[in-house]
Amino acid sequence: MTTAAAPHAAPHAGHAPMGFWRKYIFSTDHKIIGIQFLFVSLFFLLVGGFLAMQIRWQLGFPGRPMPGGGILPETMAPGGVILPEYYIQLVTMHGTFMVFFAIMPLLVGVFANFLIPLKLGAHDMAFPRINMWSFWTAFLAGMIMLAGFFVPDGAARAGWTSYAPLSARPDLSGASYGQMLWCISLVCLGLSSILGSLNYITTVINNRAPGMTWFRMPLSVWALFITAILGLLALPVLSGAAIMLLFDQTIGTHFFDPAAGGQALLWQHLFWFFGHPEVYILILPAMGMVSDIIANGSRKPIFGYHSMVFAIVGIAFLGWMVWGHHMFVSGMNPTLGSTFMVSTLIIAVPSAIKVFNWMGTMWRGNLHFHVPMLNAVGFVAMFVIGGLSGIYMAATPLDMFIHDTYFIVAHIHYVLFGGSLFALFGAITYWYPKMFGRVMSERWGKIHFWLTLLFYNCTFFPMHIYGMGGAMRRIYDPTQYDFLRPYQPLNQFITISAFLLFATQLIFFVNFWWSLFKGKKAEQNPWHDNGLEWTLPSPAPHGNWERVPTVYRGPYEFSSPEVAEDYLPQTRKLPTDREPVLAPVAGA
Amino acid sequence: MTHAAVAASAMRPPFPAERGVDVYNKKLGMWVFLGSEVMFFTALIGSYVILRFGAPGPWALPGKVLNIPVTAFNTFLLICSSVSMVKAYAAIANGDQKWLKIWFGLTILCGAGFVAVQAYEYTHLIHHGFLPSGYRDGSELAELAAANPVMYGQAVAGLYGSTFFTMTGFHGFHVTCGVISMLYLYVTRVLPGKYTKDDHAGVEVVGLYWHFVDLVWIILFTIVYLI
Amino acid sequence: MHWWLPLKASTFAGPIDGLFIAILIITGIAFVVVEAGLIWFIVRYRRRPGRKAFYTHGNARAEVIWTAIPAVTMVALGVISNHYWVQIKGRNSIPPNAYPIAIHAKQFEWQITYPGPDGRLGTADDFTVRNQLHVPVGQPVVVHLSSEDVIHSFYVPQLRVRQDVVPGMDIKAWFQATVPGDYELACSQLCGMGHYKMRARVTVHTQADFDAWMKQAAQAGTGGTGS
Repeated sequence: MTTAAAPHAAPHAGHAPMGFWRKYIFSTDHKIIGIQFLFVSLFFLLVGGFLAMQIRWQLGFPGRPMPGGGILPETMAPGGVILPEYYIQLVTMHGTFMVFFAIMPLLVGVFANFLIPLKLGAHDMAFPRINMWSFWTAFLAGMIMLAGFFVPDGAARAGWTSYAPLSARPDLSGASYGQMLWCISLVCLGLSSILGSLNYITTVINNRAPGMTWFRMPLSVWALFITAILGLLALPVLSGAAIMLLFDQTIGTHFFDPAAGGQALLWQHLFWFFGHPEVYILILPAMGMVSDIIANGSRKPIFGYHSMVFAIVGIAFLGWMVWGHHMFVSGMNPTLGSTFMVSTLIIAVPSAIKVFNWMGTMWRGNLHFHVPMLNAVGFVAMFVIGGLSGIYMAATPLDMFIHDTYFIVAHIHYVLFGGSLFALFGAITYWYPKMFGRVMSERWGKIHFWLTLLFYNCTFFPMHIYGMGGAMRRIYDPTQYDFLRPYQPLNQFITISAFLLFATQLIFFVNFWWSLFKGKKAEQNPWHDNGLEWTLPSPAPHGNWERVPTVYRGPYEFSSPEVAEDYLPQTRKLPTDREPVLAPVAGA
Repeated sequence: MTHAAVAASAMRPPFPAERGVDVYNKKLGMWVFLGSEVMFFTALIGSYVILRFGAPGPWALPGKVLNIPVTAFNTFLLICSSVSMVKAYAAIANGDQKWLKIWFGLTILCGAGFVAVQAYEYTHLIHHGFLPSGYRDGSELAELAAANPVMYGQAVAGLYGSTFFTMTGFHGFHVTCGVISMLYLYVTRVLPGKYTKDDHAGVEVVGLYWHFVDLVWIILFTIVYLI
Repeated sequence: MHWWLPLKASTFAGPIDGLFIAILIITGIAFVVVEAGLIWFIVRYRRRPGRKAFYTHGNARAEVIWTAIPAVTMVALGVISNHYWVQIKGRNSIPPNAYPIAIHAKQFEWQITYPGPDGRLGTADDFTVRNQLHVPVGQPVVVHLSSEDVIHSFYVPQLRVRQDVVPGMDIKAWFQATVPGDYELACSQLCGMGHYKMRARVTVHTQADFDAWMKQAAQAGTGGTGS
């Protein structure tokens, strides 16, 4: 059956009990799909972290057998000693898994799915069945990527950016099938993202509850909506590029082969034309959800709601014009470098607006430090470091020195771990009750937060210093270089911190699983929030609302003088509120 | 399916749109999807433009390798299918089942014809030695190119093959998908007469896709075959 | 180990390190303002029973101020950076008297071709050395970078110079060393399995030493002793 036929099915069958497969596996319910994304991407987060630990071992203790490394096959780590070819696979797959299969689906797959219909008062996504396909395509993509480790020659070896011609020529990279699987997987992932994005965009435009005007939407939904537009327009470019790369590897085309007139830089232009919007895909939803959580934790309306929205739109818009800042030293025309430098520096402005508005929200608030709020404030504190360190790279002359060093590694981890992951720890804890009907442990949540903050900074902050010293990234054995050898104690410190950081994340995972079965039962509105999702029972039922709610105000009316409590739900009708004016019904 | 059914029917009126635009979900969804398709073809066409202008030698002259008359006929076929798609939509908008069946059927035939001609074109080209990797060694084309390296763009044959087969191949893939989905709608919806004067979203949505594919072809035909 | 930038051994080090310090000051101020503000708010406005937060939706003047300050700072930074960028990498930045050296990168070595006693590349007295870059101090040097296979990157931290080496492109980069000594040339773009050991020794000589080395190496035709 197609969705086209669906509206004609018997409407009363909707809430009839369904079998396990329909309900939990091939579900079309946006909440279940969100939860499926959550489990799968948490798994990939662990995989990515596990790869990172092996990288850290090699960097801290090059050439020494890795504890437990004996179980790896001879082609990867004979006797537990990591081989250079396996090291490059680790670096490549760590980046790929974290960017494409952990952070991106955690932010977009999980929260766009879960939050958009709930926060807008819709029964489900506009196209529930396409939504299901979006998940299964992403799952397939992840499995194809993972399969890379099990094929001859192992996984892809050209870095997560897969620069051609290294990635296009198996004879030069040494990876044949792995590199092909990398391309195929990303084409699948692109398809999944496009299917998801078109669902999110249509739902946000068309399926808002009465009274939910554009400027009453929560910032999380704004951010997810803009992210969906970025994904819709950026992912097809990646798919196109990955297809060309795959053809270069398999059917003998010459897109990126200079020997036959192809252009090596073409790949970089295509990849970063996708890649920079992708960077904002990885941070905008985090910013949106952090805005929701900070307003809630401060018990105060968000400071400058409209400028927050315009900052999101501005970041997304500028995000299309800065891709060349990844290519200042690539041999690109230096005049283009100047242009890209200016557009890049200007992006700092909307980012600064957001940071100051979060601080403005906390100013004179009544701050409740529940676990989501702790993580949200942690996000702001760490994102600032990541944002500021970006300015060093934006200045072209300086980029010439720190490009491709550990300085950039520190920067990306401050943005993606310090930024996106802290926001995710907050967001998962925050909406966990609505997902599973239970609350995660507060005490272990706090322990996890403080230990993560500590070990995280111990791991990534010294990388700035290592990078300032000129340490190149993706180097298997830094002790090969005289000028890097003195940094080995620093590297060992980073490695030990990274191990502790990884161990700390296990607290989160245990808390997550334990609370699933043993957590405290959640009330309907545990955080005293205003959003529409909190008017539903925890967990939210299938189909969400019996009757679609009516919205009377924006989502951030905390501590309003009009009511005695310090929150005022969007659906609560005060005597002064008017009913929304409804436009004529859309055709067909 | 059942849950989707409830959700889909509940999202229609009686919850009208102050919210939203005056376009129903499926049509809006298709427009949004076409936005991503535009970016996909932009990536392919943009790469073609960059590669061709940065190429180390001149491109083969139009008509030397590719058969323009056959493809011109194919272009005509695809434009006809777009016209018949418009006619099919106009017919059902008037509630005319009979002409819907005729025009929609003709659209499918023209689309299938396009794919068939393209398949013929590909086998023909490959037979003459034109491959994604360039001119096959020892083939008829390779000999011609050796005799007239400029006219046949010998130096950039690899790029020519790469871009030609990738762009037209993906366009052909899109046409094939369109034909299959139209065929599906034809069997399940058009022939049983399920579309009505008021409810014919499927025709309109697949029509949008079809016109888009047609438009892409007109661009490709111009820049790949004629220039 | 040290905690700061490496030895300043070229004329680029001045502006680049200066820019680093300038940005460090700017970002340092922003960092302190934000983090101190956060800590202050966390302490000052933490939850107290019976207190209600201050109900406000924002303040246009404050927002204009904190939009304008970063905007002005960033534009100024862009102007200053561009001034140095043009001097370092601009189209016409290479000094006409620069001493030419050709560097051909391949997996996983640097093949360095010197112009020989006549000081011109492409003449009969050129000679090639593996993984040994010798340059005179106080004299601009232009390296002609080419690659055999994949993208490599020419990087000498102490000289603050980096330039990707792209197959199919001829790229020139220049620098002027200021401090004689031994440094390392690293490949800083992932180029395959042996990327980590694609390293060459850089020797900055005084002019007299360089001339002596050149004479001896040109006679040997192989470039002195291997390391």
